[in-house]
Amino acid sequence: MAEPTPELEPAELPQARIAGPRRSMFSLVWIVPLLAALIGGWLAWKAISEQGPAFIIRFKTAEGLEAGKTKIKYKSVDVGIVEAIELTRDRSTVLVHARMEKYAEDYLAEDSRFWVVRPRITGTSVQGLGTLLSGAYIGMDVGKKRKTTRDFTGLEQQPVVTADVPGRNFVLKSPTLGSFSVGAPVYFRKIVVGEVESYALDADGKGVSIRIFVRAPHDQYINKEPRFWEASGIDLKLDASGVRLETESFASIVIGGIAFQTRGDGATAEPAAENAEFRLFRNRDTALAYRDLVVMPFTFRFKESLRGLTIGAPVDFRGIIVGEVTDIRPQFENDEVYIVAFANVYPERTASRQIGESERVKQGLTREQGFDALVESGMRAQLRTGNLITGQLYIALDILKDAKPDRIAWRESPPRFPTVTGTFTGIEENIAQITKKLAAVPFDAIGKDLRRALETLDRTLTSVEQLARQVGNDVAPELRASLVALRRSLAEVDRVMAEDAPLQQDARAALREVARSAASLRVLVEYLERHPDALLRGKPEEKP
Amino acid sequence: MNAPTAARLGLVACQVCELVSRPPAAACACPRCGARLHSRKPDSIARTWALLLAAAILYVPANLEPVMITRSIFGTQRDTILSGVAYLWHSGSWPLAVLVFVASVLVPLLKLLALSYLAASTQRRSRVRQRQKTRLYRLLEFIGRWSMLDVFVVMVLVALVKMGALANIQAGPGAMWFGGVVVLTMFASMSFDPRLIWDPSGGADG
Repeated sequence: MAEPTPELEPAELPQARIAGPRRSMFSLVWIVPLLAALIGGWLAWKAISEQGPAFIIRFKTAEGLEAGKTKIKYKSVDVGIVEAIELTRDRSTVLVHARMEKYAEDYLAEDSRFWVVRPRITGTSVQGLGTLLSGAYIGMDVGKKRKTTRDFTGLEQQPVVTADVPGRNFVLKSPTLGSFSVGAPVYFRKIVVGEVESYALDADGKGVSIRIFVRAPHDQYINKEPRFWEASGIDLKLDASGVRLETESFASIVIGGIAFQTRGDGATAEPAAENAEFRLFRNRDTALAYRDLVVMPFTFRFKESLRGLTIGAPVDFRGIIVGEVTDIRPQFENDEVYIVAFANVYPERTASRQIGESERVKQGLTREQGFDALVESGMRAQLRTGNLITGQLYIALDILKDAKPDRIAWRESPPRFPTVTGTFTGIEENIAQITKKLAAVPFDAIGKDLRRALETLDRTLTSVEQLARQVGNDVAPELRASLVALRRSLAEVDRVMAEDAPLQQDARAALREVARSAASLRVLVEYLERHPDALLRGKPEEKP
Repeated sequence: MNAPTAARLGLVACQVCELVSRPPAAACACPRCGARLHSRKPDSIARTWALLLAAAILYVPANLEPVMITRSIFGTQRDTILSGVAYLWHSGSWPLAVLVFVASVLVPLLKLLALSYLAASTQRRSRVRQRQKTRLYRLLEFIGRWSMLDVFVVMVLVALVKMGALANIQAGPGAMWFGGVVVLTMFASMSFDPRLIWDPSGGADG
């Protein structure tokens, strides 16, 4: 609706040119939001698809952890991040909500371990110094199990050994912990081959179990019978050879350690199983001296007093100590009083070291059957005096040929070994027997016979003396004359054989003569070969 | 209002050289500079809507993804716009925190919402508060460029902090999306024709 105004004449205005049809921008401009939607959708899809699994780690404290900042690292590679930290309802535990990277989903194996890495300084190493600057992070050790979980309990301390280090765990049993801590080295021939992983009091409180880790390939040296001992501190010895100072290494003086050695004949023995249990000895000497794996407890019941027998007294088999007394108690049975000695017997000590398998094993007998056989052939326990001055007693096992038949009472616990009356009690009996036998000896007759024998001996000796004198007087001069003659003959022979002897000279001249004749004969033969006519005509005259 | 408008008189002003001419047909060109003549910006509302939508979509990743990646010997830190603001606030730089928050969070959001309101009300040919709407549009045009502040800060830091292994700053993908948001909102406000606000009361029909 155009309304002309007086000031402006529409006719005076220039005419606009006609342009081509306007391009429709409608469809093009909508490409922009479409593109944005595509980008947004792609980003969202990426974020969702790359989101790894969420999981929980329980810690006692969240010291050094920060939601959204603290990383979870495996071999120092970021594999996750802490998303939130909260307390459980009973305020006892910190729940750390974390999220793994997508690719690390299967790292959440059931036996995976998490711990907060903080600076740690031990006697042998300094670890986690980087966390002083960057703040703590959660370290991770990926387990080996297939099954995964989303709920973990974090370790309070960094594990000494991670799961990807090849090697094996063993358990050492000890009455006390000794002077080492987690991370202390395990030595084999003074080389560090492993570490102490953890220790714990046994459930019954009667000992300590120490878990050690021995790295491959050194773990193969732990066979069925290794000897472990505490390598802590210094071993100072004063003996006949002087003062000796021994220690595993300088580090072991400070932080302690465990050393082990295998028995010499253990080279071919098969390695021990994972988590096998061994005893930990106080020091090297006891560890190497003590080699009994089989312990058989027995009781020895005696009628006589055991005064002089102490706990720890040896059980002796013809000089070999095969056991020790562990306890002594009285026993009342059928109006009789017995004193019972409890003892541990180590049957291996009697086994021969040269022969791999003992006779018993070859025959397929059990240890019990072996003992039965020994008892059947007369083995009995007997109290004997070890030291006449102090009156100390020991239990002797011996084979007594005249022993009454008896057997080991296996049904009792511990089994009762048959005993015979000890030497002290039986001594009167024996003395009586000896006197009786002595009385029966015909000392008179023996004396007479002895005198007669001595007279005969005297005579014999006299005639021997005469014979010797005869030899000295008659035979010796003859012998001397013969020797002189022999020496003379030898001198003659010597003279004949000398270089300047006439015989030698003559022989040499004759030989020279023969040589000369042979030469002239050769000249003649040569001449005849060239002039055979000379035989008939003779030698021609020399022409001037 | 009965004031004569160019549109009511059948006249068109050239958008480039401002020459007023009378177009004989719907589509014609400026007789002086040859630019295409339109009584109003073509498809103004539709284009505004399209660009706004794109900006709104990009606004999400721009705020979620890190804008700045700081690598130092203490570790790697990824900062989104909001975490950066939070860091500034906690470290005591409140004025700076407010500035960055206004420039980088509030302004783009304000532009998105305000333009949406303008486009929606214009599309409905609403006659209410036309003067305020025009003033709002002028404000949007003015503050739009300031939202690039954050991107500039990141760019300067990336260029300045290059100390090899000690410290290193990289621009994160969020910076790209954020730049996209700012550019798209600027385009959207440019493609919006404020004259359309007045058309319903002017009586002119295009």
